[in-house]
Amino acid sequence: MSISYYPGCTLKTKAKNLETSALAAMAELGIEVEELPRWNCCGAVYSLADDDLIHIIAPVRDLIRVKERGHDTVITLCSMCYNTLARANDLMKHDEEKRKTINMFMDEEPDYAGEVRVVHLLDYLRDDYGWDKLKEKVKVPLAGLTVGPYYGCTLLRPREVALDRPDKPTLFNEFMAALGATVVDFPMGTECCGSYQVLGNPDAALKVSYDILNDANQHNIEALALTCPLCDYNLGRRQNLMRDKFEGVPEIPVYYFTQLLAVALGLSPEVCHFELNRESAIGLLKDKNFLKEVPA
Amino acid sequence: MPQKITSKSIDDNLKRRAREISGQIAQKCFQCGTCTGSCPMIEHMNVTPRGLMALLQWGQADKIAEANTPWICASCHVCQVRCPRGVELPKVMEALRQVKLRTNVNQIEPANLQPEEIIDLPQIAMVSGFRKMTS
Amino acid sequence: MSTTNEGSGAVAAKVEAKLIPIHVMGKRYEVPESLTIMKAIEYAGYKYIRGCGCRGGVCGACSTVYRKPGDYKIYTGLACQTVVEPEMYLTQLPFYPALRTTYEFSELEGKPEEIFELYPELFRCVACNACTKVCPMDVEVLDYISALKRGDIKAAAEISFDCIQCGLCASRCFAEMPQYHIAQLARRINGAYLTPRAEHLKTMVANIEAGRFAEGLNELKAMDTDTLKKTYQERELEPATAGDDWTPKDTRYL
Repeated sequence: MSISYYPGCTLKTKAKNLETSALAAMAELGIEVEELPRWNCCGAVYSLADDDLIHIIAPVRDLIRVKERGHDTVITLCSMCYNTLARANDLMKHDEEKRKTINMFMDEEPDYAGEVRVVHLLDYLRDDYGWDKLKEKVKVPLAGLTVGPYYGCTLLRPREVALDRPDKPTLFNEFMAALGATVVDFPMGTECCGSYQVLGNPDAALKVSYDILNDANQHNIEALALTCPLCDYNLGRRQNLMRDKFEGVPEIPVYYFTQLLAVALGLSPEVCHFELNRESAIGLLKDKNFLKEVPA
Repeated sequence: MPQKITSKSIDDNLKRRAREISGQIAQKCFQCGTCTGSCPMIEHMNVTPRGLMALLQWGQADKIAEANTPWICASCHVCQVRCPRGVELPKVMEALRQVKLRTNVNQIEPANLQPEEIIDLPQIAMVSGFRKMTS
Repeated sequence: MSTTNEGSGAVAAKVEAKLIPIHVMGKRYEVPESLTIMKAIEYAGYKYIRGCGCRGGVCGACSTVYRKPGDYKIYTGLACQTVVEPEMYLTQLPFYPALRTTYEFSELEGKPEEIFELYPELFRCVACNACTKVCPMDVEVLDYISALKRGDIKAAAEISFDCIQCGLCASRCFAEMPQYHIAQLARRINGAYLTPRAEHLKTMVANIEAGRFAEGLNELKAMDTDTLKKTYQERELEPATAGDDWTPKDTRYL
C-alpha cells in the first residue's frame, strides 16, 4: 500500500482522540497507512496573499516528504491540514512560475510539481474504499443516534479543493448514514465556527459557535460530528464558556468522525480517548448501548 | 450617510497594493451584497464586506484603516464560493491585513496571551491566529 | 575584536605555508592556507576580546558567517574549527540578540504547554529551513521546532543535543524566534522530567551520603600540598584498553 499519513501537530496532543481512533479504525478497515517519518507543521491556514510564497513552503516540504517516501497519496484527518496541503499541492501542480520560484528557494530539497494526491479520510472512504464496503464492516450500527454532520469550512471551500459541493454537501451525511446513524442536515452545518478568531476576537468566535449549537439544537440534533480540532475547541470545549455568556446553551456532545467510526466498527472505546471530549460524549454513547466495553 | 469623494481623497496607492497582494480586481464587484448576507461574522464588523469593497473601489484608505472587517474575517471563504462576480474576497481581506502587518506591526501580541489560554488552546489556533494577525 | 600591529603570539611562529587571500569584514588579508579562520584572523593582526572561547569547537562563541565569490549561498562555521578558503569573505557573529524567557524550573511539570506558554512565537515558524541551513553543528533545527510544535519534547531534546547555543539559527529566523533557547528548555525538561531516573546513581548517592567514601576523603583532606600532588601524580589510571574485568589495585571503594 502506498499511502502516507500526515497527522498534524494538534493530533499529537489536544486532538489525540482524533488520531488514535482514526488509526485503529483504518487498521480495522484494512487501510494501511504509514506516518511520515519526518514532517513539519503545515501552517494550518493557506496564505491568501498572491505575492507571498514563504508560507507555502511548509506544506510543500511535507508533500516532498511524501514523494521521497515513494508514496503517491497522503491521507489527512484534520481538515485544516487537508485544506492547506491540498491548496499548496494545487498551486505546485498548476502555477508554473510559482512552482519554479518555490523549487529554487528550497534548494536543499528535490523539486516538486504536485505529483502527490492529497486526500482526507472522508473522501478516501467515499472514493477509494466505498460506502458499501464500509457498511459491511459496521458491527455496532449507530441506530437511534441523531447526528448533525458539521462540515465547517475547510473541507468545502474554496472550490479547488472542495471534497463536495460547497453549497449542498452530502459526503459527511453519507458517511454518518453508512454508520447507521440518523443524519439531520442543519443550515449552519457548513458555517464557520469562528476559527482562529478565537485568538483575535474570542467573543465574536464564541457567538458564531453558539449560533451553530443553537441551530443544531433546534433541529433536534443530539450530537455533532466533525473533522477539525479547532472546530472541536470552539464548538465543544468552549460550551462551558458559552454558558457564562448566553442563556439556554444546549449541552451537545461533539465527536470526531473517526470516534464514531471506531465505535461503529465495534472497537474498544479506549482507542477513542473520550476523556478529551466533553463529559457528555461518553455518556450519550453509553445510554445508547453502543460501547462494547466501558472504560473505568 | 452620504460621503463626499474628491479626486484628492482617492488613494490609488492602496488600491494598487491591494490588487498586487490579492490578485483581485475590486472593480469587478457590482455591490450585490451576497458576501455581507453570507458572512458569519457580520454582526461584529463595523463595515460590511460589501461596504469595504465599495471603499476599496473608491480608494478610501482612511475609512478602510478604521474598518475592523479584515480583522474579524475568519477566512471561511463562504463569500468567495457565493460571489456571482468571482471576486475572491478572502484574498482582499488578506491583502488589507498584510498592508498593516508588513509594516512590522502586530494585530495581536503573542506575549499577551494569558497562560491559561495557551494551556487550553489547540496548537492550530495559535499557528493560524499568528499567521493571520502577526507580522 | 581589536587590531594590533604586533600580531598574536599564538601564530607568531614562522609560517612557511602558502598564503591565500581572505576578506575579513571587507578588508583583504593574505594568510597561510592551513590556518583556521580564528588563527587567520589573529595572523592578520586582530586580537580577540570576545567572539572566542574554548578554541575547541564546543563553546559556540566564535560563529562565523562567510560567502564565497560567485556563490549566493551563506556559509557558516566555527572560526576555531573551519579552515580558511581562498577569497572567502567573512565576519564573526559572536552574539545575536534573542529573547530568553525566565522561568522557575522547579515549578514546571514538563508539559508541552509550558513551552508553548513561555515561547508562543514557536507557532510562527513557516518551515523555511533557514535555521537548519545555517547551523554550524548540522543540527536539524527545523525538525526539533516541528517536534516541539506537536508537543514532542523528548524528540526535540534529542535532535537538538549537539546545539552549542551559538545563536545563528535565531539570526536567520523568518518567524523571529530564539530556537536555541527553546531547545535548551526542551533539553532541561527532558533531563529533569521525562528521562527515567538512573537507579544505580540513586544507590551511589545513598552510599556516599551513608559515608562510604568518608575515610578516603578524610585521608586526602589531611594531606599537605606536596603529598597531595604526589598522590595525584601516582594515582592509578584505568588503561584505555582495559576490559570489563579490570579492577584497580586499591579495592577499598569498590
